[in-house]
Amino acid sequence: MISLISEISTPYHRWAAGPKLLALSLFTLAIFFVDGIVPSTGIVVAVAIAYLVCGLRFARQGLRMLRPMLYFVVIILGWHWATDSIIEGAVIVLRLLAAVAAANLVTMTTRLEDILDIIQRILGRLWVPEQARRRFAMAIALVIRFTPVLVQKGGHLVEAWRARTVKRPGWRLVLPMALLAVDDAEQTAEALKARGGLN
Amino acid sequence: MERNLTLIALFAALIAALGLLPKLNLVSGVPITAQSMGIMLCGTVLGAKRGGLAVLLFLALVALGLPLLAGGRGGLGVFAGASVGYLVGFPIAAFVTGLLAQVWRDRGGFIFPAAAALIGGVIVLNLLGIIGMSIKLDKSLAEAAVLATPYIPGDIIKCVLAGLITQGLLKARPGLARV
Repeated sequence: MISLISEISTPYHRWAAGPKLLALSLFTLAIFFVDGIVPSTGIVVAVAIAYLVCGLRFARQGLRMLRPMLYFVVIILGWHWATDSIIEGAVIVLRLLAAVAAANLVTMTTRLEDILDIIQRILGRLWVPEQARRRFAMAIALVIRFTPVLVQKGGHLVEAWRARTVKRPGWRLVLPMALLAVDDAEQTAEALKARGGLN
Repeated sequence: MERNLTLIALFAALIAALGLLPKLNLVSGVPITAQSMGIMLCGTVLGAKRGGLAVLLFLALVALGLPLLAGGRGGLGVFAGASVGYLVGFPIAAFVTGLLAQVWRDRGGFIFPAAAALIGGVIVLNLLGIIGMSIKLDKSLAEAAVLATPYIPGDIIKCVLAGLITQGLLKARPGLARV
């Protein structure tokens, strides 16, 4: 399973996950109290520097992860340009970019296991019973295991479709895919029970 | 217990798989991502509680940094973006869809699950999505609603398809509705 963590080693990779997540929460909260074009630009520059200290290649990876934001950036700037308030639009876009880029930075430099560990610890502190925590961990593992399986099976269905028709694969593939998921779930449940169940 | 857990996990995996597959042609010529249909199916097939939990589990994995959202997006960044209202709305939409689908289960057909998906997966979801955009983008609710309108016709088509798929699934595996 591909994850979004960067393979380029950075100093942030060595920071503990807990403080990193706490800092991110505080940063995201603080950003929305920032107003004016100069402070907003300053924040974006600061986040950009945080990426750039890890090298150009890492920064380019971070930039790529911002690509889905382009749609909102264009719409918001177009909107504010049309209503003659472009500065206001720029502040909104800059704040949003800084928040998303900072969050992506944490995602790119924190291992899945470390974040999972934090979640388990927080759930423990919130007095979530150990049994429920174990079930949550099991569910996470099952999704990570079965997502590529379902994608692969879906790929086979697409191939089978293409072998029969020149039309593009359509929504009719969703039903057999859902059936595969249901049958896998039933079989996995049986297998879990046979191995002593969840408790 | 085991069966409920694996169904929740496998439907979370199904939402992810529907987003990762290359775009399917839902109506001829208009490729739409099938991921939001996965959210609706969680409700119409699994019911309120299990459906909502499946979507929550999916979101937890997105937050953990797996690129499971349509287009390979994921990580904490998506929760800081303008579409956060939709993400928060996903499990609530599945829950509401599931609640209605359970109430209307005995009536059979595809109309009732489609109507449940329309109310939960389109109306409730867009309401929360629009509130999220209005906060994040500093717009009024009406202005944010304009941004959401282009997607509504596609969403309505997905409801009908979700209804048909649910009907087919329950016919093929009648035990599925059993909690």
